[in-house]
Amino acid sequence: MTVAQAKTKDLPAGANLPFIYREYSAERLKQALHKMYLIRQFEEGAEESYTRGLIHGTMHLSIGQEASAMGICMPLTNDDQITSTHRGHGHCIAKGAEVSKMFAEFFGKTTGYCRGRGGSMHIADVTTGNLGANGIVGGGIPIAVGAALTAKRLKSDRVVISFFGDGANNEGAFHEALNMASLWKLPVIFVCENNGYGMSTSMARSTAVPNVADRAAAYAMPGVIVDGNVLSEVAEASHEAVRRARAGEGPTLIESKTYRHRGHSKSDRNRYRTKEEIEDWMTNRDPIVRYENELMEFGIIDQAGVEAIREAVAKEIADGIEFAKASPSPEIRNLERYVYTETV
Amino acid sequence: MDQAVRELSYAQAIQEAMAIAMETDERVFLMGEDIGVYGGAFQVTGDLVERFGADRVIDTPISELGGAGVAVGAAVTGLRPIFEFQFSDFATLAMEQIVNQAAKMRYMLGGAVSVPVVMRFPAGSGTGAAAQHSQSLEAWLGHVPGLKVIQPSTPYDAKGMLLAAVADPDPVMIFEHKLLYKTKGPVPEGYYTVPIGKAAIRREGRDLTIVATSIMVHKALDAAKTLEAEGIDVEVVDLRTIRPMDKETVIESVKKTSRLLCVYEGVKTLGVGAEVSAMIAESEAFDFLDAPIVRLGGAETPIPYNPELEKATVPQVPDILAAARSLATGSR
Repeated sequence: MTVAQAKTKDLPAGANLPFIYREYSAERLKQALHKMYLIRQFEEGAEESYTRGLIHGTMHLSIGQEASAMGICMPLTNDDQITSTHRGHGHCIAKGAEVSKMFAEFFGKTTGYCRGRGGSMHIADVTTGNLGANGIVGGGIPIAVGAALTAKRLKSDRVVISFFGDGANNEGAFHEALNMASLWKLPVIFVCENNGYGMSTSMARSTAVPNVADRAAAYAMPGVIVDGNVLSEVAEASHEAVRRARAGEGPTLIESKTYRHRGHSKSDRNRYRTKEEIEDWMTNRDPIVRYENELMEFGIIDQAGVEAIREAVAKEIADGIEFAKASPSPEIRNLERYVYTETV
Repeated sequence: MDQAVRELSYAQAIQEAMAIAMETDERVFLMGEDIGVYGGAFQVTGDLVERFGADRVIDTPISELGGAGVAVGAAVTGLRPIFEFQFSDFATLAMEQIVNQAAKMRYMLGGAVSVPVVMRFPAGSGTGAAAQHSQSLEAWLGHVPGLKVIQPSTPYDAKGMLLAAVADPDPVMIFEHKLLYKTKGPVPEGYYTVPIGKAAIRREGRDLTIVATSIMVHKALDAAKTLEAEGIDVEVVDLRTIRPMDKETVIESVKKTSRLLCVYEGVKTLGVGAEVSAMIAESEAFDFLDAPIVRLGGAETPIPYNPELEKATVPQVPDILAAARSLATGSR
């Protein structure tokens, strides 16, 4: 279905519609909901597997931030690239990864995206342009600038997104990378997913400016603030930034204000925020609930359609976990493989 | 076709290697601080910006961490960056990108990517630049799986190993001793490579093996000449690569001479010589040893400013002579 059809057939005439309803077909809008559910249920599945002892280590869940990952990735092609963070499961799925190979990675299996060497914190899928999550706060930001330098030098139409959290905006790497990207007008978009806390330390206690986007001024690039829990707002900002980048106009800093429902990692006792605060975000500002209600309000999907998506996602998740469980573990004798490039 | 051989300085040899790499491969470019019109702090890039343009000889802001990260990102997405640190000491500002990213990216991603980045580090003491501009930090990086770390000692090797580094699919860290930049030696025109991971026997001998790195190779060769007149026949092994180390060449040499002296400029404790010594102690060469292994390394101090103190910080020819004499005449 085309955008024009979506406007004329499925939507109330004369509606002053948010960006994505003017930009995307009903089919793509439903796919976005599907992916947001996929991110949510993937993380719930991973959390449950962790609790049951099937996954070891730790993980950082982005439950509550799904609109941010999805909205940013909506205007991207498979050729565009991202660098991601320790809270990167959503980015990976939104960019196009398969949940079965992600589960396999979390289970430490050879069928995982990183053949069991990376785990949650280094999840990547270079085939869909994800250059990897990163265990170092701010570590991926200069790498994204380097990828954008490649795009510019090779005159490809590619843009690069660097996701990072509010904590990273106080790392030197952030400042050095933004400066160079702007200086050299590189096709890169800096996406700060500000969930209010760098581990336990709030923005107010860590950052001298009220908004991360304020820092864009120091690097002569647009700084855009969006409600990270409203898919259309995020996607609209991403669209404009992608347009700018492809047109050679240089980088943009997008601050997507959002919230993580879960703690920082599995060790978090949630002592730095109140139950009321968490409750408020979970019940009143859940990005999936908001988007789903919008879709129903505009007549793009009905309750049965939502149920069908949920069921399809649940099956995908269950199948993914089964695939991971049944997959082989790496052999100890291959411990040192992939340290260096094998020369045949 | 025979390649004409000229006398070039070590710096000229590196510059020629970078020019050849850029001529033959569009993906190769240079990044670093003041490497453009300034020509680099040690004039290694020289006038390359005039030949290749500012898009391929990129002056970066003074941002070692960000710059190293940009090089890593460019490498992982299809380019072949050569990143110059103005001084090797400034690696400390970029350790995150070198150690956590460049070295580990391939492994963390299960082999899905390679990181063909070359980083050049002007290193070492002897210039009066004191504690923050004179260090030899190669052992730091040599400790990191995923990196390759080389220390060419001659203009010939500087060119050939740099070209090998550019062709290498993995991150290669090149430590170039600043006092070597003006030293001259024969260098063939055109493209050739010197393999990474192979040591070179610079002088054959029967009585004693000196395993040396970088500028210490030349000091060891100087000492060997004097010792020859005294009837001590020294074999000098130029390690050239500290990761991956050429164990075989060192082991064979020690089996032949039964005595080992390690000479390196980095701080003695936990340095390159510590690794060479331990490697020999674990090898079949241990049974051939006629005397304890001796190490000469940098003193346990920052590099001082005063020229006499500075000299005393790192092994000099008389130190090598004394150690070699004692080692050659002593026994277990």
